[in-house]
Amino acid sequence: MADIAQDIPVATQAPPRHSSGALGWLRANLFSSVFNSILTLLAVALIAAVVPPVIRWALIDAIWSAPNGAACHGGGACWAFIGEKLRFILFGRYPIDQDWRPIGVVVIFLLMILAACDRRLWGRRLALLWFFGLSAVWILMAGGILGLSSVETALWSGLPLTLILAVVGMVFGFPLGILLALGRRSKLPAVRVICVGYIELVRGVPLITVLFMASLLLPLFLPAGVTIDKVLRAQIAFILFAAAYLAEVIRGGLQALPKGQVEAADALGLSYIQRTRLIVLPQALALVIPPLVNTFIGMFKDTSLVVIVSLFDLLGAAEFALTDANWQGFAVEAYVFVAVIYWCFCFFMSRYSQLLEREFNRGRRR
Amino acid sequence: MTSEEVSLSLTPPRPAPWRDPKIRGIVYQVVFVVAVVGTVAFLIHNMLDNISRQNIATGFGFLHKEAAFGIGESLIAYSPADTYGRAFLVGLTNTLYVAALGIVLATVLGTVMGLARLSSNWLVAKLAQVYVETFRNIPLLLQLFFWWGLLNSTAPPPRQAWQILPDVFVCNRGVEFPVPVASPAYYWVALAFVVGLVLSIVLRRAAKQRQMATGQQFPTGWATLGLVVGLPVVAFLVAGAPLALDVPVLKGFNFSGGEAISPEFAALLLGLVIYTGTFIAEIVRAGILAVSWGQSEAAMALGLRSGLRMRLVVLPQALRVIIPPLTSQYLSLTKNSSLAVAIGFPDLVSIANTTMNQTGQAVEGILMIMAVYLFISLAISLAMNLYNRAVALVER
Repeated sequence: MADIAQDIPVATQAPPRHSSGALGWLRANLFSSVFNSILTLLAVALIAAVVPPVIRWALIDAIWSAPNGAACHGGGACWAFIGEKLRFILFGRYPIDQDWRPIGVVVIFLLMILAACDRRLWGRRLALLWFFGLSAVWILMAGGILGLSSVETALWSGLPLTLILAVVGMVFGFPLGILLALGRRSKLPAVRVICVGYIELVRGVPLITVLFMASLLLPLFLPAGVTIDKVLRAQIAFILFAAAYLAEVIRGGLQALPKGQVEAADALGLSYIQRTRLIVLPQALALVIPPLVNTFIGMFKDTSLVVIVSLFDLLGAAEFALTDANWQGFAVEAYVFVAVIYWCFCFFMSRYSQLLEREFNRGRRR
Repeated sequence: MTSEEVSLSLTPPRPAPWRDPKIRGIVYQVVFVVAVVGTVAFLIHNMLDNISRQNIATGFGFLHKEAAFGIGESLIAYSPADTYGRAFLVGLTNTLYVAALGIVLATVLGTVMGLARLSSNWLVAKLAQVYVETFRNIPLLLQLFFWWGLLNSTAPPPRQAWQILPDVFVCNRGVEFPVPVASPAYYWVALAFVVGLVLSIVLRRAAKQRQMATGQQFPTGWATLGLVVGLPVVAFLVAGAPLALDVPVLKGFNFSGGEAISPEFAALLLGLVIYTGTFIAEIVRAGILAVSWGQSEAAMALGLRSGLRMRLVVLPQALRVIIPPLTSQYLSLTKNSSLAVAIGFPDLVSIANTTMNQTGQAVEGILMIMAVYLFISLAISLAMNLYNRAVALVER
């Protein structure tokens, strides 16, 4: 049998022309059937209809510098408006002569987020790093010590405010969320009922009602004479809101933990607190890191809702920039610019969460 | 005697009361409940104190008072002379209307995009990916502002309206489109549609029974299409085929005739559908990918064509993975419709907000909003859980 195979000389042939190279790729990926060919043509038509006008608007016909709004109305985008309002959109009403402080805050936040992405730092070191980071943010924003002039929270705005609301909401909501999740899984009926009630109530209503509650009702709930400012009220709303959503994510991790772990801890004679702190939480939390990142992305996007209770976060500052009588009618430019900033943050975080998910699943599959 | 001794020694000694898990549990619960109730009581006490000091009215009596504010668009009759209660009802119907429409459209868009991302066509898959990655990562409120800004300030006045389709115009007053002139023929068409739907369901049952009994197949797909589409068409033709359209025509500074969608409504619906569509696309894609490739291979080995393979083997299994996260997307779309307040569409929250500003009764207003949304959330969960039970795996 082997002889036969050797006897027939087979000239080495190039692969069929239709299945290799650029043409082959086109055939396989774009024109593999009549239906696919029609889809491809439709997609090309769509791209041809949308992309050139957008490029013409955003780049070719765009006006990059203009003394005022009236001189900026051409056929294309007016990026001069963004140039004029860049500082206001990013830092809002923060005192202009103190610009380095919000810049420092944004840099610190970026470093904190980057550090959180490095898995070698996960653990006590990261917690310590974040503690110092948040303290530095507080000192820089509020001032009043170290020779920094004091800035009241009503002036906090722009990108730093967006980052503060999201990060602080998450950091303070997290322990509360753990307690709620543990409470929901508790054997004590009264604890369970109250925790379930809170979680379902907050998750069942829109964030906007929680914000309304914080801005309209919170002042009523406080004893006479005690007042808290608008930013803090919104921050409390975000913490309470984040806690309910985080509790559900953490509950997922608690439920995924094999029962044997708890039983083994009991067999070792650990108390409830020891068992939870040493055995249950470390494993349950590690399981839910990717969904936690997703929750943070959601929170980051949701901070834009503070516009409705008239705070000047990134979106609110852009909205306010639009009211300038000298620069009228550049809403689309402003929104596109702000959208790019939000998009960059969210896109990279979601990529990171996908990466984590893949790595975690790989470990579990083996 | 000996057995009694053994059983005695097997019963553990009763722990001291402060170590007894039962007693401890009761103590913990009492402490917890007292703490929670005490905090709530403290807050409510403060609230009542503040309300009485600021002379804010309490109770839901304001619902019977005259609202005295206009509402831009409403599905039910409303005038400023109506009560606050009526205004709330208008807001509720607007919320339900935009949420229902949004859920249907977002499901369609999301399913199409989710399937497109799995397409073997490279260009289509990439386009769908660009759509998902772009719109998922931009806050919904920003998208609403963008669409609203585009329609309200960037779109031209009616005289220079963009004509996107024959007789369909986009201008800063909204989207103007033609509607058929009312005619009794349409009632017959609607009736024929319902009859066709009922007949097709009966037919499907009968066809399935016959296939189970004899193995003979019946072309139910074509028959259903004929009944649901064909019957109304026949009814339309028999009733005289009234083709007259009420076309929007420019008169003076505005359009008359036809129907119009306000910029607020258009922006809200567009934003909700495009944003939620990205999440639904990812859910659909994940659901289909969750069905193992072996299932498709087995279906191929049985000789099923790709359409049948999808419908009979892949989709029923994918739906089980898809339904639960889809439910939470429906819920979040409904809750997100409350962002209407930011662009001035009169939904429930926006009307409640106006009411709270006018009457100062924030507590009642927020309680009503929360109650309504909790009720809607429960209703959607219930409906989707029933559907989930219908498609769930029937285990032996």
